Amino acid sequence: MTELNIKMTEEIELLRLVTVGSVDDGKSTLIGRLLVDTKGAFEDQLLAVRKKKGQEHHIASASEIDLAMLTDGLSAEREQGITIDVAYRYFATPKRKFIMADCPGHEQYTRNMVTGASTASAAIILIDARNGVMPQTKRHTHILALLNITHLIVAVNKMDLVGFDQAIYENIREEMQAYCDKQGVKNLICLPMSALDGDMVAVRGDNLNWYEGKTLLETLETLSTLGDIDSLPFRMPVQLVNRPQTVDLPDYRGFMGTIASGTVKVGDKIVSVPSGNSSTVKEIVTFDGNLDEAFAPQSVTLTLNDEIDVSRGDMLTHVGDKAMDAKELTANVCWIGDEPLTERQKYIVKHTTNSVKAMVASIDFKTDIHTLDHQQDADELAMNEIGQITLKLMKPLHYDRYVDNRITGSFIMIDTFTNNTVGAGMIV
Amino acid sequence: MSEREISEHKLTQLKALEAESIHIIREVVAEFRNPVMLYSVGKDSSVLLHLARKAFYPAPLPFPLLHVDTGFKFKEMYQFRDDYCKEVGADLIVRKNEDAIAKGMNPKDHGVARCCGALKTQGLLDALEEGEYDAAFGGARRDEERSRAKERVFSMRDEFGQWDPKNQRPELWSLYNGRIHEGESVRVFPISNWTEMDVWLYIREEKIPIVPLYFAKERLMVERKNLLIPYYEEMKDQLLEGEEPKMVMSRFRTLGCSPCTGAVRSDATNMDEIVIEAAAARRSERETRIIDHGSNSMEDKKKEGYF
Repeated sequence: MTELNIKMTEEIELLRLVTVGSVDDGKSTLIGRLLVDTKGAFEDQLLAVRKKKGQEHHIASASEIDLAMLTDGLSAEREQGITIDVAYRYFATPKRKFIMADCPGHEQYTRNMVTGASTASAAIILIDARNGVMPQTKRHTHILALLNITHLIVAVNKMDLVGFDQAIYENIREEMQAYCDKQGVKNLICLPMSALDGDMVAVRGDNLNWYEGKTLLETLETLSTLGDIDSLPFRMPVQLVNRPQTVDLPDYRGFMGTIASGTVKVGDKIVSVPSGNSSTVKEIVTFDGNLDEAFAPQSVTLTLNDEIDVSRGDMLTHVGDKAMDAKELTANVCWIGDEPLTERQKYIVKHTTNSVKAMVASIDFKTDIHTLDHQQDADELAMNEIGQITLKLMKPLHYDRYVDNRITGSFIMIDTFTNNTVGAGMIV
Repeated sequence: MSEREISEHKLTQLKALEAESIHIIREVVAEFRNPVMLYSVGKDSSVLLHLARKAFYPAPLPFPLLHVDTGFKFKEMYQFRDDYCKEVGADLIVRKNEDAIAKGMNPKDHGVARCCGALKTQGLLDALEEGEYDAAFGGARRDEERSRAKERVFSMRDEFGQWDPKNQRPELWSLYNGRIHEGESVRVFPISNWTEMDVWLYIREEKIPIVPLYFAKERLMVERKNLLIPYYEEMKDQLLEGEEPKMVMSRFRTLGCSPCTGAVRSDATNMDEIVIEAAAARRSERETRIIDHGSNSMEDKKKEGYF
């Protein structure tokens, strides 16, 4: 690595992705393959999961190791041969760094899949070529569509077990395309692969010559990353008010937060909601010196030219570009609690830096994940079910629609008795 | 908007990680009554402390640092700890499992696992209980070890400080659920998503001070199996047959207790060279940490309350 390469390593971008799919479709194997082929796994980690003793000092090829064992990190997972919880994996190519959430396939662990997918901007949906599109494939794809994941990649895996048959691949591709079209997913990419042998993962191999698209790794390296969150309206949920009250800074009041979207400049006229008081930005403070301009997703501190009322949970926006506010919200919900969601039940809603009490006013419908039909007469959402609900809030929230802004449009629901996170909400 | 303006609004991956970590640290201070930051003097601790200073600038740190000391750290680490905490104005609390130390607990006579269990895990649990902390920041990273790859950013612990890996709270978007019952606590890992390489690149870019043991120089070492163990005068009687201390150009990739942490041969005397070496490394940094070896050792220790 030369001086020049160090510089490149610092400047590369981050892509967060998630791998999902049904049980035994080879997710862990694919990740193991990616780690081995990008040298994201170290030799001692590989030696620890080698199939045969005796290869004490060297691993020559991926076939000598148990790829899944590299990622199934819990003893209960290795014992049962399944993935229970999300494992986060890190690998890099000269072009990009990847944070990959490897999610469980079992239906009972769907909530862990939602956990892994919520921060991703790309998803790999693995399908076993022998089995085709499974119920769990559809459930995951529908959740990814609701989560508004920017790029969906359908990887038809285990092509080696169906003789690399193009017709089998095309059938699966068409079925997934139709399912995605139905819910308005635009960025669908399909490719065939063999994670075990490595065909079309990091290298093309010789077995899938009828497929002319990019390999998986090339695809991942070239997807667009952050999208356009800096061109969205400025939103900064206030996390804390910084009041050092030291001898040097007796009257200092800074508003600390992560910019959810947009940009802010010194001198910008801003308004704090819910108070509605406005002022102008005096300084954008960071440890490394004041900035003239800041943008999402930077974590900064703003000072204002007027003494206005701002506290945790409030949102700073540009004047004339405010978020919506309401005491009633309609949202798509992935229910991840053990106890079902029911009407009239009260929960805590955490939205940006705000926590408010909420009551389920109505369950508008439950979604059939196979047909995507809406069942209007549902009286509960059981664990792993998806539907649309309306919530009544104790105090108004300032929000955007989830499709416009993933940060100001999302919330979690917390059970007031167990304190567990039981719902993932996306405001419609 | 021109192409150039758009690209100016992109954060490099290090800056994106930094922003995420600061967000997490602030969120804990907002939602918990009595947080503390675990400080082990190593490079990850240095990054964590630096991020915390950034998060609250220009205010001082709103929580103390807690060093759970085994008494077996390298003397350079104690020196660095005291000097650096003073320099940045951090409120440093040092706690030891005094009972175990009084009984002469050490890795050689009692085994590494038992020693770690008493001096680190029990020492930590006692210190957290004594301080009545409801949130403890740690510098663990998910790339370190396969059970750590499963860890949430907010990791729930029961009243015994135990981790239940099969029943972790879902963690969605950047909405961290900080609600806990009396007696429960969370371990918070703001640099979960950083890799060893990110840590080195960040230390280099931000010029963060680190313990000099991370830089290569000629050091008096004993070679035992494939480990390089630093030699001190007090070890004279502990040398095995055929072992002879000699000067070796070496450094540490990771710092733990001196009897259980090995060095690596290296010529990397500055940050650029360390980054180049880390990029070329084919073996994980924790290979030189004796405690990690064995099939489930880290997971078992985490279940018991190890951070």
